[in-house]
Amino acid sequence: MTVTEDRPTTEVGAPRRRKEDRRLITGRTRWTDNITLPGMLHLAMVRSPSAHATIRSVDTSAAKQSPGVVAVFTGADLADEQGASLPCAWPITPDQKAPPHPAMAVTSVNFAGEIVACVVARSAVEAKDAVELVDVEYDDLDVVLDLAKAAADEQVVYPDLGTNVSATWVFDSAEEGTGTDVDAAIGGAEIVIERTYRQQRLIPAFMEPRSVVVDPTGEQTTLWSATQIPHILRLMLALTCGISESKLRVVAPDVGGGFGGKLQVTPEEVITLVVGRRLGKPCKYTETRSESLMAAHHGRDQLQRLTLSATKNGTVTGLKVDLLADMGAYLGLVTPGVPILGAFMYNSIYKFPAYRFTCTNVFTNKVWTDAYRGAGRPEATYAIERLMDELAVEVGVDPMEIRERNWIKHEEFPFTTVCGLEYDSGNYEAATAKAKELFGYDDLRVEQQRRRTANDPVQLGIGISTFTEMCGLAPSRVLGSLSYGAGGWEHASVRMLPSGKVEVVTGSSPHGQGHETAWSQIVADRLGVPFDDIEVLHGDTAVSHKGMDSYGSRSLTVGGMAVVAASDKVIEKARVIAAHLLEASADDLEFGDGKFSVRGTDASMGIGEIALAVFAAHNLPDGVEPSLDSDATYDPTNFSFPHGTHLCAAEVDTETGEVSIRSYVCVDDIGKVINPLIVEGQVHGGLAQGIAQALWEEAVYDESGTLVTGSFVDYLVPSAADVPAFTTDRTETPATSNVLGVKGVGEAGTIASTPAVVNAVVDAVRHFGVNDIQMPCSPLRVWTAIQRASAGDSTPRDVSTTDDNAIPSHNAQLGDGDTEGDTEGGQA
Amino acid sequence: MTRISMSVDGANYTDEVEPRTLLVHYLRERLGKIGTVVGCDTSNCGACTVHLDGTSVKSCTVLAVQADGHDVTTIEGLAQGEQLHPMQQAFHDNHALQCGYCTPGMIMQSIDLLQHNPHPTEEEVREGLEGNLCRCTGYQNIVKAVLSVAEGATS
Repeated sequence: MTVTEDRPTTEVGAPRRRKEDRRLITGRTRWTDNITLPGMLHLAMVRSPSAHATIRSVDTSAAKQSPGVVAVFTGADLADEQGASLPCAWPITPDQKAPPHPAMAVTSVNFAGEIVACVVARSAVEAKDAVELVDVEYDDLDVVLDLAKAAADEQVVYPDLGTNVSATWVFDSAEEGTGTDVDAAIGGAEIVIERTYRQQRLIPAFMEPRSVVVDPTGEQTTLWSATQIPHILRLMLALTCGISESKLRVVAPDVGGGFGGKLQVTPEEVITLVVGRRLGKPCKYTETRSESLMAAHHGRDQLQRLTLSATKNGTVTGLKVDLLADMGAYLGLVTPGVPILGAFMYNSIYKFPAYRFTCTNVFTNKVWTDAYRGAGRPEATYAIERLMDELAVEVGVDPMEIRERNWIKHEEFPFTTVCGLEYDSGNYEAATAKAKELFGYDDLRVEQQRRRTANDPVQLGIGISTFTEMCGLAPSRVLGSLSYGAGGWEHASVRMLPSGKVEVVTGSSPHGQGHETAWSQIVADRLGVPFDDIEVLHGDTAVSHKGMDSYGSRSLTVGGMAVVAASDKVIEKARVIAAHLLEASADDLEFGDGKFSVRGTDASMGIGEIALAVFAAHNLPDGVEPSLDSDATYDPTNFSFPHGTHLCAAEVDTETGEVSIRSYVCVDDIGKVINPLIVEGQVHGGLAQGIAQALWEEAVYDESGTLVTGSFVDYLVPSAADVPAFTTDRTETPATSNVLGVKGVGEAGTIASTPAVVNAVVDAVRHFGVNDIQMPCSPLRVWTAIQRASAGDSTPRDVSTTDDNAIPSHNAQLGDGDTEGDTEGGQA
Repeated sequence: MTRISMSVDGANYTDEVEPRTLLVHYLRERLGKIGTVVGCDTSNCGACTVHLDGTSVKSCTVLAVQADGHDVTTIEGLAQGEQLHPMQQAFHDNHALQCGYCTPGMIMQSIDLLQHNPHPTEEEVREGLEGNLCRCTGYQNIVKAVLSVAEGATS
């Protein structure tokens, strides 16, 4: 069923150049760090070098004497105002364990980089100088870093909790009545595949470092922040610090990327707020990149133990997932729920009859993890797409064939999965056919075989990822059933100005996505007003008073639908007034191209004319308020399920282990497209991040818990020279759960690409006996895998412990050939 | 404190600065040239790229005193009134920016790249931009934008 309108559109679907570009390409931007206020003071943070210690003493006397310093605060100084703990909005079980997480440490530190004091000075330079003069004495404690060992409680991070396990969460299809018993399926299976995969720790690495400015003068304290979530932040800061929500205004001005990394209530925001209010002066804090990499939340960091059962012809009969998820030292805003977002996606596009997912959330002495682009779904997609390749090898068929045997056919939609989700629409066959053609799949398979036969030192691998994801977070009832602390609706207002221009206020909070352009396209068609007559306002709680912000590919599917609903209310309000002014029955009016026409006559009136008449209010029907302005709050009825087929051809130099992507083709089906230019850009950026997980990026700690990849020298965000050119295309199967027919595109590229690349790398060297290479697939890891397999060690590499995560990835002096940490080869 | 004079985006400035002051901090904090931004502290990201006497430099690796007596051009000095520089126009036309944080540095570096190599291959463009990091675009449309300006120059 498709419920999109047949009315011809002019804007939706057009590759409009973005409205927001002009200020960004001319340097007239409003980044938080650009804000300067009269008398503004600057904060610099004193951070713990120790990953686990009690604080014996903090001596601030020398720092206080340093030039320009106004004040120095310790955790003890701020303990009353900063509140007991930063918020966690997602307790996944009733008995979830969590330590208090004070913005500034008071008695102990639990990861390297945790804030123990702050200096306030007249300039940022003077504040940073004085940081060196704060003398903190620590009593070091044993550090807990290895995820598997932490789960076994060999040493505990928090003795008061008595365990490192925060919570265990289970989904069982037999218990839920959505499927059959997975143990029975595995017990009687013809094929059983067991694998352990490591989702390495990643860093979101948005380009704009986080920054916060607080102005405590005036009736409301105003806080500007480089955040994805101004609305959630306002409520959470008020609750955390005991400030009346009505006394706080939060503004997200231009925000330079987020990728989940700015979906947080940060210690730095709380501290700057508390200090600004304490001193009564505007205050600013801007992090350095090193601080950002060290102390802004990380992503991923899971250990996946997987068991897949199948018949001998390759029909999957069951999947069991046993997950360990590294929380780091604390629970951030949605930390414990990130793996749960993946729980419903391991079955992906396939018709699995039996499924069980068990997740154990574990504390370690590392910065906490939280949302990073995809959040749970990339991990799930990686696991199942890697397993489907392994199954294809067991059965002895092409990996695409094994997927086709198991996926939901297009005529089977809507389809209720083994997780109980109803996939509304999709066409995996169409996306795959298009992708294979663009890729030249069959020709590449022939070439691959030729190179194998010739024993070419450079081998070719072909990687497939046929993925889906759940987007449009989220139906509020579903969030409630998962114990999430809020709803999943979105708000919008549409305001008709007397001149006929339109202001659209959205609760979505863009940070690079292009909402100003896309929302204008939607409203232009809906109201029949010119694209350039529409202004989209956002990101300021004094302007957009209500919202749930931007993350989880939700802005268009939820926020865009709120804009549609508010626009439709404007039309219905205008209809009554138009009928009055045109002296016609409202039932006889048609609305199209921005005007109401009386059926069967020439009489008509434009919505701009009605807006002016409403402004004058001289001649309105009795009892009708003089306003067309409308609000709408939209709560989705279902998730949306974009999907696609991604194909990667990788060349592997078997003598050096170097991987080079020869071609990457993806065909995504994200339903209806509002702006193809923006959609393509989202896919490109997502691909680069997903490929980076496969080949380059990893946050590495040394054995004392110090982040080794603490700068862009070591944390290998890819450059233009590293990433390949992409071939992107689309199929269009509209979502049936919203009238726009849209599904969301923000995370697709990241979710799909990682397994496509790793599947290609493994496929290139599988004939040596290799069946897995741990991410990132650095030259050393690839070369080592080939050497081991060639030497006859065909047992799957044991990653059940994660000690190698503690090996500095770039440390060339490690002579042990078994170490698999080298990640050179990112940026040349 | 050291006295320095320089031209920035066509205007002359004379100031006393601490010798350790980086050019990017002088531009942002003293002159209000906030179009140029800081993205890292190791000269990896290139967000702060400006032109010094017409050649691109990362302004976080240049001391303000080193720019004494020189001409600096920032992203704010490229457009002639409402007339965008062809590279700015190409970034807009090709959707070569999303959040826009890397964009000032990326545009300044792209202009420099074409000054040195007016007709680059795609690979040369990618290598010429490898000192500038972008987290949003996957670089595809940035490369396309730069190539479009190069092609425009030949026609």
